[in-house]
Amino acid sequence: MADLSTPARRWRKSLIGWSFILPNFLGFVVITLLPVIAAFGLSFMDWDSYNPPKWIGLKNFERLLNDESTMVALRNTAYYALGHVPLTVLASLGLALLLNRKLAGVGFFRVAAFFPYVTSLVAVAVVWNMLFNPEFGPINQFLSFLGMDVPPRWTTSTTWAMPAVIITSVWRDMGYYMILFLAGLQAIPQEHYEAAKVDGATAWQRFRAVTLPGLRPVTFLVLILLTVQSFKVFDLIVVMTDGGPGRATLVLSQQIYRQGIIEGEFGYASAISLVLFLLVLVLTLTQFWLNNRRER
Amino acid sequence: MKTIAGRVTLYAGLIAAAAAVLVPFLWMISASLKPNNEVFTVPIQWIPQEFRWDNFISIWQRVPLDSYLRNTVFLSSVITLLQVLTGSFAAYGFAKLRFPGRDILFFGYIATIAVPWQAYMIPQYIMMQKAGLTDTFWSLILLQAFGAFGVFLMRQYYLTIPDELCEAARMDGLSEYGIWARVILPLSKPALASLALLTFVNTWNDYMGPFIYLTSNDLWTIQLGLRSFAGQFDADYAMIMTGSVLSVLPILVIFLLGQRYFIQGIATSGMKG
Repeated sequence: MADLSTPARRWRKSLIGWSFILPNFLGFVVITLLPVIAAFGLSFMDWDSYNPPKWIGLKNFERLLNDESTMVALRNTAYYALGHVPLTVLASLGLALLLNRKLAGVGFFRVAAFFPYVTSLVAVAVVWNMLFNPEFGPINQFLSFLGMDVPPRWTTSTTWAMPAVIITSVWRDMGYYMILFLAGLQAIPQEHYEAAKVDGATAWQRFRAVTLPGLRPVTFLVLILLTVQSFKVFDLIVVMTDGGPGRATLVLSQQIYRQGIIEGEFGYASAISLVLFLLVLVLTLTQFWLNNRRER
Repeated sequence: MKTIAGRVTLYAGLIAAAAAVLVPFLWMISASLKPNNEVFTVPIQWIPQEFRWDNFISIWQRVPLDSYLRNTVFLSSVITLLQVLTGSFAAYGFAKLRFPGRDILFFGYIATIAVPWQAYMIPQYIMMQKAGLTDTFWSLILLQAFGAFGVFLMRQYYLTIPDELCEAARMDGLSEYGIWARVILPLSKPALASLALLTFVNTWNDYMGPFIYLTSNDLWTIQLGLRSFAGQFDADYAMIMTGSVLSVLPILVIFLLGQRYFIQGIATSGMKG
């Protein structure tokens, strides 16, 4: 390898290395990196596409705090995350535990559980809107059958629209996270279960002492991915309720879209997106910190 | 689970889970084959009294489905091809070559994967608008073809290919481009398949990108078309379900054919585009 150290050769080697990365990197810089940096700067400016941008310091953030719609969107986003994250974890972990065994038909179930995730959001939203139909929908027919006199009015009611959206999104996402949990379950050494059995542990005790600790790294990953995903929620809500009824399901991403792309308030919309980014960042870092503390 | 009671509860659980997952699909298919006024009946009819197969014919006259499908196939294929090509090319540089600046660059890629798209969609939109690319396919192709995700996924896979293979090929006088094309690419078929499938399905199902960038009806993808149809003819339940079935069917077939790679891609990366 000695001949590689001559400057000309090293130069050539770097050039070759760069040439591999360049096609993707050029696109990446223009499409992602520059906009990320620009978004940060824009948050401190006043800019509609007609007048030149003007530096206004923290004014956008002041406006944000006093803008009722943005505050409602922030609350709704948090509400959505508080429902979506724990319920998806429970559903996907439950599915993974159920399907992590050798039984006739399990292979089919595993593939089927993944169907909702590859189904387009529009189809999902359209179908669930009909399932949730307050008068004739199958869900309310089922609830009446169970003896509920006044079933919820779901997407037409300000109280029940968000739960309806959450249920739909849990249904859609559980197959995806089930795959991650299944991979985690298969990484737990079988001997640990055998040892626990020899010690006379019941199934529940084995679950508490072997399965849950063994799944910690996966659970951590799933929690982070789900939190980020929840705070970004956009298309499901746009198609299912479009933020309504009223502002009952208006979320942050939608507010960014409305302010920035519909209204052309680039500066203000960027300020909202900076808040969204910081929220996601703080939550992720907190989860990392909690995880590290528990591990010690 | 050796007792009979245990086995019964287990299967009951499995059936309940399968029902929860599949019933919405069954309802969609059943409604797509009904006359419109029989979609919502009390009690529910799971099997249509008479099968209205011509729903699947008349929808093509009601909506420009063929144009929507053509646009979607075009966008998904071009974006997938570019993403796989530039992604695997760059991943070779990141995984198998050493040069100054490499690790800092890679860190830049990883860092932006963590930034939500919503946080920079406004500057992106302004840029596309100034370049006159809004309402063209170019905007979506540029936006989605150079994702960091593909680079990341392929690099993870290339790291598992032993360096000695590349070393041996270098001894044989292959250039780095030759090694990428003739040694690494053939070895990484499973990872290429995973990336291609994930990208294709994600692009096919993407709503937000086309929703923001495409305004002309003749550029719309199937997702936008379906959404607009459902909004315009919101009482045309059976037709809406027919459209949904048609929009889901191609992707479900692709998923079933490649589900092994699909699931592998998700399990190894643990991330989403």
